[in-house]
Amino acid sequence: MDLIGYGAFFLTTALIFAIISLGLNLQWGLTGLFNVGVAGFVAIGAYTSALMTTPDDPTRLGGFGLPILIGWAGAMAVSGIAAAITGFATLRLRSDYLAITTFGVSVVVQLVALNAQKLTGGAFGVGFIPRPFAGLAETPLLFNLSNLAIVAVVTLLAYLALEHLSRSPWGRVLKALREDERAAISLGKSARFYRVQAFAVGGALMGLAGAVQAHFTGFIAPDNYAPMLTFQVWVMLIVGGSGSNLGAVVGSVLVWAIWAGSGALTATLFPPEQQARAASLQIVAIGVMLCVILLFRPNGLFGNLTYRRRFGLKARKPS
Amino acid sequence: MASTDRLAQGSTVLGARNVVRHFGGLYAVNDVSFDVREGEILGLIGPNGAGKTTMFDLLAGSVAPSSGEILLNGVTVSGEPAHRRIGRGLGRTFQIPRPLANLSLVENVMLAEQGQAGERLLTNFLQPFRVAAQERAAEQKAMDLLDLVSLSRLAHEPARVLSGGQRKLLELARVMMADPAIILLDEPAAGVNATLLEVIIDRIREINQRGVTFLLIEHNIDMVSRLCHRVLVMAAGQLICEGTAAEVARDPRVIEAYLGGAAQPGEAA
Repeated sequence: MDLIGYGAFFLTTALIFAIISLGLNLQWGLTGLFNVGVAGFVAIGAYTSALMTTPDDPTRLGGFGLPILIGWAGAMAVSGIAAAITGFATLRLRSDYLAITTFGVSVVVQLVALNAQKLTGGAFGVGFIPRPFAGLAETPLLFNLSNLAIVAVVTLLAYLALEHLSRSPWGRVLKALREDERAAISLGKSARFYRVQAFAVGGALMGLAGAVQAHFTGFIAPDNYAPMLTFQVWVMLIVGGSGSNLGAVVGSVLVWAIWAGSGALTATLFPPEQQARAASLQIVAIGVMLCVILLFRPNGLFGNLTYRRRFGLKARKPS
Repeated sequence: MASTDRLAQGSTVLGARNVVRHFGGLYAVNDVSFDVREGEILGLIGPNGAGKTTMFDLLAGSVAPSSGEILLNGVTVSGEPAHRRIGRGLGRTFQIPRPLANLSLVENVMLAEQGQAGERLLTNFLQPFRVAAQERAAEQKAMDLLDLVSLSRLAHEPARVLSGGQRKLLELARVMMADPAIILLDEPAAGVNATLLEVIIDRIREINQRGVTFLLIEHNIDMVSRLCHRVLVMAAGQLICEGTAAEVARDPRVIEAYLGGAAQPGEAA
């Protein structure tokens, strides 16, 4: 029974990552936007929903005690708007500069979370975030399974919506921008308009994932949204295959399995005083896996794009 | 040689009025004015560095003029972003073709359809059947256009598999999808083998007979003289001469521009 409970817990976390990866896949896999600030948009969603749904706390803004679903909707809205603003501000930037800027945004978000105590509770984070099925917390198995069901439904809805979009004329325009912005413009597509949209929708999904995760664990702190989170999500998307929504989901489960597995392994193999150092082996395990995947399947497990041009010397010229 | 009399009557589709574009001290296009008349195939030739491609970019909107105006069907469009041009009936191809490499040929062509409801994010969820019906119609139209350029058997292959000449044909089909009134072709013959070149010439003629106006930059004089009703010659950023292909080929100013004054009139082909 413990194993099933752990399995449910593991899958819930993995699927939350899958939602983030789906958002990143829309931005990078479909549109070619190099967002290295994933953690920032996840954090914005998590904090938004936490502030909206927690009971009143005199030491900081809110909470407003709203229902969880309202919190999730708010998280999507605020993260989406933050992403749209980021997208709008970076309209003229090409991939490498866009990466630096988005990374900066995520660091700023993390620093605000850490220092704006009146807003975010500072380093101590936000606790008492209402959890769905909190009444079942007495029986962890049931609690984990019901949370898994919720997260699975959210993931499935996000997946289906994105599959529908990536096959739609809207998705076709995004792919066209990824392939050749100048050609797409000559065919009447406003690169700016679609870039901002892709940023906003992807950011909203990341925010939703952050909110779902916050309500699953019941507690959030700035440390959860370190750049490591961005790194993990990128590895998940690359392993799964950028451009593929299925790849984003499978890659997330697979990479999270290796992450959690290698964590458990180092915990049993190394004595307590070495644990902190041994934790670095998790990153090594992920790095090795990334290399193996890219050697044998350069486009990831489900990817079907050839990217030679983007990374080559013939980078896109400003039009 | 097609008769120019019929076309002299045509109204102006696209016009340049005293257009100047300089990059720092370099005047790439210097006070150029001309009209493209409805239904004609107009050639734009000139030695390398004459400013032809900059002129093209100005007409297509990807470069803004330093001064002067671009008129499209009588409306000043010089201040508008490039992506608005095709909706006003002006399509273009590129000197080095720009196919969307990882998209299939039919997707490449369908992309160019104008006014697709499904290009709005929410419409895909709110009116899925309307979007699906438009998609079916667009796919049929795209397949017909691929048929026109003899590429329909490759319709579902990614565009990256095409040869250089096939890419030019794909661009032609793609721009036709938008039902343009005028198409700007940037060196349609460059790097294309002789057999495929005949196909391209045929297709341009056929499309022109359907009522589409063309402006083409080309170095291949044979192609220009076979296709174009009228030819403009640019050199050093200015228009130096205008007439039929045979007329401009005899013009001493043109010969000097191409040969730097080394040749005497009469020696040029």
